[in-house]
Amino acid sequence: MMYDLIVVGGGPAGLAAALAANEKGLSKILIIERDSQLGGILNQCIHNGFGLHYFKEELTGPEYAGRFIEMLEGTGIEAMTDTMVLDVTQDKKVHCINPEKGYQVLEAKSIVLAMGCRERTRGAISIPGTRPAGVLTAGAAQRFVNIEGHMVGKKVVILGSGDIGLIMARRMTLEGAKVLACVEVMPYSGGLQRNIVQCLNDFDIPLFLSHTIIDIRGKERVEGVTIAEVGPDRRPIKGTEIDFDCDTVLLSVGLIPENELTRNAGIDIDPKTNGVVVWENMETSVPGIFASGNVVHVHDLVDYVTGESQKAGRAAAEYVKQGVRSREHAISVKEGKDVGFIVPLKIHREAMDAEIFFRVRRIFETSAITVKDGDKVLAHLKRAHMAPGEMERVRLSRALLDAIDGDEITVYAEEVEA
Amino acid sequence: MYDVAIIGCGITGSACAYYLSKYSLKIAIIEKYNDVCCGTTRANSAIIHAGYDPVPGTNCAKFNVRGNELTKEICKKLDVLCKEIGSLVVAFSDKEKETLNVLYDRGIKNGVPNMEIWDKDRLIKEEPNISENAVAALYAPTAAIVNPWEYGLAMAETAVRNGAQLKLNTEVTDIIKSENGWLIKTNNGSVEAKYVINAAGVYSDVIHNMVAEKTFEILPSAGEYYLLDKSEGERVKHVIFQCPNELGKGVLVAPTVHGNLIVGPNAIKSDRDDTRTTTASLDFIRQAASKSVPSIQYRENIRNFTGVRANSDTDDFVIEFAAENFLDLAGIKSPGLSAAPAIAEEAVKMLSESGLELKEKGNVIDTRKHLRFKELSDEEKNKVISENPLYGRVVCRCETITEGEIVDALSSPITPVSLDGVKRRAGTGMGRCQGGFCGPKVLEIIARKNGITFEDVLQDGNGSYILTGETKNGGAK
Amino acid sequence: MIDLICITCPRGCHLKVDEENGYEVTGNSCPRGKEYGYNEVTNPKRVVTSTVKTDSEDYPRCPVKTNGAIPKEKMFEAMALLEDVVLKTPVHHGDIIIKNLFDTGIDFVATKDVL
Repeated sequence: MMYDLIVVGGGPAGLAAALAANEKGLSKILIIERDSQLGGILNQCIHNGFGLHYFKEELTGPEYAGRFIEMLEGTGIEAMTDTMVLDVTQDKKVHCINPEKGYQVLEAKSIVLAMGCRERTRGAISIPGTRPAGVLTAGAAQRFVNIEGHMVGKKVVILGSGDIGLIMARRMTLEGAKVLACVEVMPYSGGLQRNIVQCLNDFDIPLFLSHTIIDIRGKERVEGVTIAEVGPDRRPIKGTEIDFDCDTVLLSVGLIPENELTRNAGIDIDPKTNGVVVWENMETSVPGIFASGNVVHVHDLVDYVTGESQKAGRAAAEYVKQGVRSREHAISVKEGKDVGFIVPLKIHREAMDAEIFFRVRRIFETSAITVKDGDKVLAHLKRAHMAPGEMERVRLSRALLDAIDGDEITVYAEEVEA
Repeated sequence: MYDVAIIGCGITGSACAYYLSKYSLKIAIIEKYNDVCCGTTRANSAIIHAGYDPVPGTNCAKFNVRGNELTKEICKKLDVLCKEIGSLVVAFSDKEKETLNVLYDRGIKNGVPNMEIWDKDRLIKEEPNISENAVAALYAPTAAIVNPWEYGLAMAETAVRNGAQLKLNTEVTDIIKSENGWLIKTNNGSVEAKYVINAAGVYSDVIHNMVAEKTFEILPSAGEYYLLDKSEGERVKHVIFQCPNELGKGVLVAPTVHGNLIVGPNAIKSDRDDTRTTTASLDFIRQAASKSVPSIQYRENIRNFTGVRANSDTDDFVIEFAAENFLDLAGIKSPGLSAAPAIAEEAVKMLSESGLELKEKGNVIDTRKHLRFKELSDEEKNKVISENPLYGRVVCRCETITEGEIVDALSSPITPVSLDGVKRRAGTGMGRCQGGFCGPKVLEIIARKNGITFEDVLQDGNGSYILTGETKNGGAK
Repeated sequence: MIDLICITCPRGCHLKVDEENGYEVTGNSCPRGKEYGYNEVTNPKRVVTSTVKTDSEDYPRCPVKTNGAIPKEKMFEAMALLEDVVLKTPVHHGDIIIKNLFDTGIDFVATKDVL
């Protein structure tokens, strides 16, 4: 059987892509999910704060996922859970296994990659010290606490101020643990401001900015950590050490797109972000294979994942029904100074519009985003505040795209007079 | 009464048990940890050296080359990952080129086969990522990489299947001479044996001193490592050593049998159990490795670890009787992993010469199968899933390890009790996410299979608990 | 003047609340921000999310939330009420777990189906 579309991953990205493709007229759609249920990581994100943009109301993770899972009903979209994709090939074959059907090779006219991301670990940042139990990523702790119903410790220090770490600080506190500190190597938080307020400040948990863990102690189980202030070179400053007695260290030190399938398929990956390189319609370097959600770049808000994935789903439908978009005279998108990464890196000349997402590399107060075609200003947008923890978005209309003479545009972030 | 008691189940103890278990002997293996191969054997460079490094005439030289051959035979029989990829000692100056000749001559004397000296062109052609400052290299094709844990485990398991009794969580507290041999007192009862092998690694001097005057002292030496993701695994094709010079031995860069890249070690005087990593050492290793392979991407690092080597003040393996029928296999520093089966062979010979009767027994098990799902062909994958659906459920997605393989590990002759125990056997959590995704699932499978609560599942050693209780049940109080 | 960061949505507006001037809120981008600013100074409230036990083997916990904000100082008290609850499956999202917390009219409700 030939599927119109196979979606790899049944989290928020995969669900939205499948539904959007179905809306645009694709009927034979399969979602492949490795877990025993759909919903992806949202199932363990039991806190609220999801859906304000998309549903205009505040939902928890399971509720947000649940709405999309309910929308599958009656669409004829198939979902195959408990199934692991082992390989995706450029000719759109998906190799997968599950206990019931064994090893299968499925074929599709189009594919959406929606595998999400994974957490950076202790190794990625080489935290010195012993290697006892009790050092785990915030996401692993979240799974233990929220899904399995088991606590991972009693006295906790959190390294990194990413949102999952902040959310777990509150969650562990509410379950009776004592969170002693949240330690962030950068001079600003990696998470959303609202989470600093409601997850740390509400419980008087101190946030140590420009600090890091320089030692973990304990032979079998964590017995304590030492933190120290870091200089601008992020190296510890002697004499600033503070010791904490704790039994647990949670790491919230960043997320990396999960792109092993993509890499093995020979699809282009941005070495700077590990994300899939995509066009404005979420198409990858291989025509007919699309990608969306955290596999492309790590989002702050699931609402944006949904929007991006709908774009991918619609583009897959367009590809199946109308064929490939011409890649001639493509417009490249470049990052200017202090712009960290950009999605997409390429725009089809025939695109009806294009949304550009990016993160800045440092904190900006009164500032502006400028999109230029050579010296020509295409868009100039004021911002009161920009921070690396918050994704920026610029929409280029068809009219603006038409105004592009060259084959390259650049996005700049800069301070401006108030 | 046992015929032989082996103290310590690292690579040396496992090899001894493996060889002795082929005879009609009552064997006890005494191990203080909750699993085998938890000391030096689990944290080292994982290299089977060719044998050109040790000075001819030493024990190190004598057993390295023989051990290299035996290791490959054993790994084949017991289904242990071992790849003969060859090693290169790289010279960066004319003076170091001289050293290559010295090593070559030693290799010839030690019986190392097929060595070659490569000029710069050949070296760059074979190893394009080598530093452009390299001028020549000594190539030894018999050098190999191995999975050291599984190598030791496989030998220990085979010994157990052949009837040896493994006593885990058993720490020797004292040893006294008994009428017919030795009485070994432990935290877990006493063991009496006619012959004793001391294979206690970094504690071998402590064990020795329980029965004899001090003749050597262990001087533990810690070495730290980087283990990088598979994305860096093809950075080099051979084991890349640096030429030893007045500043030390330099650090090595090598692929691992799992497809990762290992970089290290340094050498720092340490305590016996001190496996901390330090920023200073890791900085040193990166700096030192950049001399031979400057392009390594350390942001792809997935784990740092430290191994403690059982160096001794004798500067050679100590292979001799400490007392009547009490054999020391001590100070087994590098190339101890390579030499282990040859040392064990020698140990069996020495025990036999001092009166241990070696009667071959029938039905000796000398094979082992390890089903590695990801290495199967598509048809084989289908076949094993149809026989056991658990092979159709991938639990560790970084390494593609199935629930079936985890259950296999939990059904093996030496049952793991920890996440790391399963990791060492099945390979779960070895990849880039380091168990972040699969840890909770593996924990659940261990609890179910071993019939224990979630809270009883350990990360590694005794006391390394992971969970503190249920939520909604005072789990944090 | 009290400085606050609005937590109503991920935007995180920097609010100013003038306690000497009828708790007038400035810096907000939407009416919810105004309400938050006023409440935060006069009677701070929070939504509490947690889990409760279930009798399901596959899903031993069901996520729950308060279906509105409750007084901030009652958070731990609310948590304590969940300690002894064991849900009988099937559970549907929206099912009331504990009704009318502290006479606020707000309930703990399930946020996921556990079938």
